[in-house]
Amino acid sequence: MGTICFLIFFPMVIAFILLIAKADKARDVIVIASSIIIAAMSIVVAIQFARGGSEFFSFNGEIVNYIMMVIEAGLCIYIIITACKHKKWLAAIFAIIQTPLVMWFELTKGHHIEVESNMYIDRLSIIMILIIGIIGTLICIYALGYMKDFQHHEPKGAKDRRPWFFFVMFLFLGAMCGLVTSNNMIWMYFFWEITSLSSFWLIGYTKTEEATNNAFRALIMNLLGGLGFAVGIVILGTVFQTVELSTMLLVGSVYGDLVAIPAAFFAFAGITKAAQMPFNSWLLGAMVAPTPTSALLHSSTMVKAGVFLVIKLAPVLGMNNFAGIMVMMVGGITFLFASCAAISQVNAKRVLAYSTIANLGLIVACGGVGSAGAVWAGIMLIIFHAITKSLLFLCVGTAEHHIGSRMIEDMDGLFNRMPKLAMCMIIGIAGMFIAPFGMLISKWACMVSFVDSGNILLIGCICFGSAVTAFYWLKWMGKLTAVVAGEESIETGVHKTESAVHFILVALVILVCLIFPLISSYMLVPYLEVVFGGLSGGIMSSGNMTIMVIMIAVLVLLAAMFFGKSKKKQVPIYLAGANTGDNRTYYGSMQKEYEFTLRNWHMEKYFGEHKMNVVGDILCIAMLVIGIGYMVATLVSLLGGVA
Amino acid sequence: MIVKTVISIIAYLVLAPLLGGLLAGLERKLSAKMQRRVGPPVLQPFYDVFKLFEKERMAPTRFQDFYVLIFVVFVIASGVIFFAGGDLLLVIFTLTVATAFLIVAAYSSNSPYAEVGAERELLAMMAYEPMVLLTVIGFYMYQGSFNVRDILGSDTMAFLPMIGLFIGWIFILTLKFRKSPFDLSMSHHAHQELVRGLTTEFIGRTMGFVEISHWYENVFLLGFVFLFFANGTAWGWVIGIVVAIAAYFVEVYIDNCFARMKWQFAFKSSWIIAVVLGMINVFVLYLCF
Amino acid sequence: MSAYVTKSPWVVHYDGSSCNGCDIEVLACLTPMYDVERFGIINCGNPKHADVFLVTGSVNEQNKGIVKQIYEQMPEPKVVVAVGICACSGGIFKDCYNVLGGVDQVIPVDAYVPGCAARPEAIIDAVVKGLGVLQAKRDAMVNKLEVPAEEAAEEPAEAAEEAVEEPAEAVEEATEVVEEGGKE
Repeated sequence: MGTICFLIFFPMVIAFILLIAKADKARDVIVIASSIIIAAMSIVVAIQFARGGSEFFSFNGEIVNYIMMVIEAGLCIYIIITACKHKKWLAAIFAIIQTPLVMWFELTKGHHIEVESNMYIDRLSIIMILIIGIIGTLICIYALGYMKDFQHHEPKGAKDRRPWFFFVMFLFLGAMCGLVTSNNMIWMYFFWEITSLSSFWLIGYTKTEEATNNAFRALIMNLLGGLGFAVGIVILGTVFQTVELSTMLLVGSVYGDLVAIPAAFFAFAGITKAAQMPFNSWLLGAMVAPTPTSALLHSSTMVKAGVFLVIKLAPVLGMNNFAGIMVMMVGGITFLFASCAAISQVNAKRVLAYSTIANLGLIVACGGVGSAGAVWAGIMLIIFHAITKSLLFLCVGTAEHHIGSRMIEDMDGLFNRMPKLAMCMIIGIAGMFIAPFGMLISKWACMVSFVDSGNILLIGCICFGSAVTAFYWLKWMGKLTAVVAGEESIETGVHKTESAVHFILVALVILVCLIFPLISSYMLVPYLEVVFGGLSGGIMSSGNMTIMVIMIAVLVLLAAMFFGKSKKKQVPIYLAGANTGDNRTYYGSMQKEYEFTLRNWHMEKYFGEHKMNVVGDILCIAMLVIGIGYMVATLVSLLGGVA
Repeated sequence: MIVKTVISIIAYLVLAPLLGGLLAGLERKLSAKMQRRVGPPVLQPFYDVFKLFEKERMAPTRFQDFYVLIFVVFVIASGVIFFAGGDLLLVIFTLTVATAFLIVAAYSSNSPYAEVGAERELLAMMAYEPMVLLTVIGFYMYQGSFNVRDILGSDTMAFLPMIGLFIGWIFILTLKFRKSPFDLSMSHHAHQELVRGLTTEFIGRTMGFVEISHWYENVFLLGFVFLFFANGTAWGWVIGIVVAIAAYFVEVYIDNCFARMKWQFAFKSSWIIAVVLGMINVFVLYLCF
Repeated sequence: MSAYVTKSPWVVHYDGSSCNGCDIEVLACLTPMYDVERFGIINCGNPKHADVFLVTGSVNEQNKGIVKQIYEQMPEPKVVVAVGICACSGGIFKDCYNVLGGVDQVIPVDAYVPGCAARPEAIIDAVVKGLGVLQAKRDAMVNKLEVPAEEAAEEPAEAAEEAVEEPAEAVEEATEVVEEGGKE
């Protein structure tokens, strides 16, 4: 209990200290020291609770509720004022509706609802805490070096707003820890709103017009999700007389169709936060922010909060009700169309963003399917995606500062220019889509559980989506592996903290692939047994797991033994006999020398971003309107029946 | 049980390249006959590969060898898992890794010809992958297991219920074998607008290894055709083997009858077939089984 | 032991400045009429896979670098066949201001096929003759391989030069071939 509270409050305290500490040195020390403490503490929590499994804490105190309410009201007023200042009326309207709604509920009906335990921890929370505590803090450490460069690239005389940046980063971590351990939905809502606001601050960090607009877009969409959350709480409290997640799931196991109503609203909130279509534009807009922000939003916080909630709701969604179908279809469609859209992207960060959206789509679909196997796959995806995607973002961030561009096409010869960085990126990319790396393991489990769910459209989505995924990753990987002659290494300027974080993450990518059977049998299987009361199969057989582990071991071993160790004679490449000898130029007509460059294939005509988004949005909106509409209709008829 | 598995693995490791090479030789002989030529000896593919091993050792970069090595190891591994009766999805994923590394090997040279070949191979991969996955899923839906061992042991023949998937599979085999009209990324014939496409920068023994791996791959892909017919009975096995070999020569026949198509056609037609034949067949299987 | 390279000579064909007469004859070899694939010969179009370098046309200032480079990019063992009189000696273009002469001005040639245009039979025969050279070079490689690897890497090139036949001799032989072909 104490350790969990520590994980929530310590980052917040550090956040305030960082707001005051202006000197670079002091910030370096504080961030690194506190990161180590947080990471260590999250491991302590994991060890402390892993054995027991789930544990609930009453943690009562009316006072806490009132403090939260006051903070919420403050935040609401802040949002309204800022929104009005920037003439973003929609944000103001959403804020005006939802916060009073929740407060009204709390003060009238919620007041009478007995809350048995406000907080809890189970194995899924432990996994999330480990991700937040380790990956999140690594990103903070990385941000130290990155933000120095970032400030350096700013125009002269620009205000140094880094204390604010680190303040929000740490605040975010604290809020996330709170979010994944709240059993009281009102508490979760509180943390939920803090993460929404934190991401708003982080995206708008540069204060350019674009950044502000995108920040507001993120805020508006997340407030819409928050509104869904608030409605969910009200329905849950009014109809079921509870605000506890555990109670809700317990009731859901009996009255699946009824509990599906609030669950659909919570899932809607999760879908907005997980940037599913049609809400994916906020995550793409978030790319204007400094790269550590993207890494944090994509890997360990924010979007993971959305999928965490959906996965938590999986037992209710999986009872073959309309909420489940809505969620799985939105996830599946998003996976397919976001993957397709990624092909047409030239900007590395946008490729990563679309890939995140797609993978979150898979996780959401897993939650929607809601079988034990699907949830296994979903949690595995969360773990692997967090590590791999943070690695990739941080690599792109470093590359951007050294080659001056975040375009994939400008990464020509990165293998020579920044060998270590390129290797990290290659491993990250491999980790995203090919066997025997993690993402593929989970995608495999996804596929099996989708097939078992019998949803043909979902099967189609994953089959076509996987094919497309391989295309856009491989062409990028190809660009990175190309050995372009005559490029000098420019890697010396990389901050030590940055490269250290890269190496740790690479090690984690490989390590987690090696020990994933252990994660499965000690964390996931017990968790699923608690939640689903026994496993009906659908989880990868131990034989296959062993083969995967052997494969990764072989891969690592072969790489260690043979990578770059060829003793063959090096010869120039074939350029129709007109290679000038440097492998980059050829003799054209009149013996003039021309330099050639190689470009990737973007297939704009087939996979244009706009086209994919329009189609995906229409389909997902249709699913959401039908799903939510159906739920509202059920609710109305239910209340009418009671009256 | 284990002994049987070990025997089939060893048999695959030894016989697959022999069979694959022999099929390649017969293919060239057949093509020659279709063109009213005498054609090379049946063992010609073996001579070619042995020759490649006699050549001087060269490479455009120090890294290419590693990628090709991974390709070879994983192609063989996918076949081994298949013939050991393992999980079909695992087989497919392993094969995807292998192809991915072959593509990366081509990219690593930074040669324009190899790169265009690599990108086309990527496109081919994107074109056939959905159909491959749907076929595997079809087997699972019909036979209730992803394991080759269970599919072989079942007493029903998957061919008729999965006829749509079978046709789709034969269609994408053209892409997988890199035969006309879909020999986009490289070709054994004299299409030379890409020089040798994907394999342009593989020299000597590297190329030899790639060739041998293709033999392994071909045999294993034909094993998939076999799987449509195999059931517990001897007849299933006979029909399976006959149809698998016939399928190979059908591909050779198609190869000789068509000119190369544009990538747009390859891509669109494979996806349309995957949607129409594959998805509908899987849906029917879902309804019926 | 006969080297496998003699059983599967892959060809790369380069048109120096030929009038296309010889080129058409080279391609004629691939047709069902002559069917060089009988001998395992494939026109692979890539020096990195090729064993036999067929050059048609004379060498001039523009293309000498290319001829040289294609030759250098072929892994050992390899042979060069000059097809047509222009490739052998420059032919009627010999005295042109830009023509250097035959292919042997730039790279070592192993077999010469005279004629304008060279006949397919003669071309095939020259390639088959080249196989003898390939065998010799392969043998040289095998013998050298027993010496430490570093030296071996340099020596095939020397061996290649040794193995080059006397041009005159080759021309004579090739002429005989042509005559035989003519008698058919």
